[in-house]
This record gives sequence, structure tokens and C-alpha cells, in this order.
Amino acid sequence: MSIRNIVAVTFFAVVALFLIFGALMTHPFGEFDEDNTPEMDQYIIDNTQSETGADNVVTAVVFDYRGFDTLGEATVLFTAVAGVILIFRRVKK
Amino acid sequence: MSGMSRIVKTMASVTFPLALIYGLYIIAHGHLTPGGGFQGGAVVASACIMILVAYGSVWTMGKIKEKRLSAFESLGALGFICLAFFGLIFGANYFFNNFLVHPEGLDIIFNGTAKGLSNINTAGVIPLMNFAVGLKVIVGLFAIVLVMAYATTKLKGEK
Repeated sequence: MSIRNIVAVTFFAVVALFLIFGALMTHPFGEFDEDNTPEMDQYIIDNTQSETGADNVVTAVVFDYRGFDTLGEATVLFTAVAGVILIFRRVKK
Repeated sequence: MSGMSRIVKTMASVTFPLALIYGLYIIAHGHLTPGGGFQGGAVVASACIMILVAYGSVWTMGKIKEKRLSAFESLGALGFICLAFFGLIFGANYFFNNFLVHPEGLDIIFNGTAKGLSNINTAGVIPLMNFAVGLKVIVGLFAIVLVMAYATTKLKGEK
């Protein structure tokens, strides 16, 4: 067994243990854990309808509460399109 | 060779408006139902890419150039940022303020919050931002695929 395989198996075991224990330590699906829920979640769920008038809470968060983050996403898309158009242009000889 | 067979072209032409309407519905109802500008824009861009695959990149490039698509994408981005800056000017003086929504204000268009369920004309700037982002995603994704397909196509006279 080469040293490369030993390193790979060790890395795999560490990551697998990390993932398994991480999955076991999450609280059960669908149960409301009041101690570990941030206040921001409950505030957004309670007040989105009256503050923004949008039924879709996700869109309200993306475009209103966290609009600055969406601006970054739009900038990423713009940069990607500009780069692809720049690279894949047809050079006329 | 431009495009696929006549059967594929006909089927693409028939299914294109349905996919177009579905994507535009997702964009327009972004603040009411699951979805939004990004998701609906991806659906409409997929419909446009289906036309591109069926008819070939040379035919599509003859219909619309990528410079025009790029201009439309810049228009979407400008609309999005302008709506954000309007909140700075007209609203409560901070960036991305939803300045059209006033719970006790007049019942004008795009302002109908806290009066029961939302409708198509509520939620202030959120639908307008959905339209801007939707336009941006439609032409952005379509421009990427169009340019890639056209650059890898052999034109007549090329070896």
C-alpha cells in the first residue's frame, strides 16, 4: 500500500466521520427547536406579509430584506456573460 | 448545415410558446408563488435554447446578434440597480428600500399590503425587480449558449 493510498484512506475516513456525526447531531426534521432557532427566522415569517405585501417569503427575502446579496448575484451573472462573450468571439481575418 | 430535421423544427416551434408562457408566468408571479426572476428566466432561456438547437446557431445569429442580447442584459442590470437607488432617493433613505409599500398609504398600483392576501399588484418594487432580473437572466443565459454554439460552428468557406 503506497503512501498515497494511506493518505487518501485517512482523509476519506476523517471526512466520512465528520459527515456522519454532523448528520446525527442535527435536530429532527420538522420539529421546532425554540432554543436554537434564530430570532430573525421567526421575525421574517411573521412580518413578511404585512411589511412587503409578498406571499412568497423567499422572494421577499431575496429582493427586499437581502437585496444587496441579489445585487452581487446579478453582478456574478453579468461578469460570466461578459467573459464568455469575450472569449468565444469570432475573430475576422 | 444549419439546424436539425423538419420534424424537430416543427415540434420546437410548437412547444416554444408554451415554455415561454410558463416562464413568463413564473416571473410575473414571483412574489406570490414559488419561483422568481432567476427561475423563470432560466425556463425562458431554456425555451430559447431549444429553438437555437433545433434551427442551428447560424440561423439564430441571423435573427438576433449577441450584441443586442448584451445590450438587453445591461438594461436589466441597470433597471435593477436603478430600483435600488430609487429607494435611496424616494424612500427611507437606504439602499434597497421597498419605497412603494406603505401599509397605511393610498391603494395605488403595487401597493396593497396588509389588506388580506397579496395579489399581482402588491409587494412594491419586488415584481419590478423580478422583471428586471428575469430579463437579465433570459438574455444572459441565451447569449452564453448562442455565442458558444456560434463559435464552434464551421461557416461556409472555412476549413
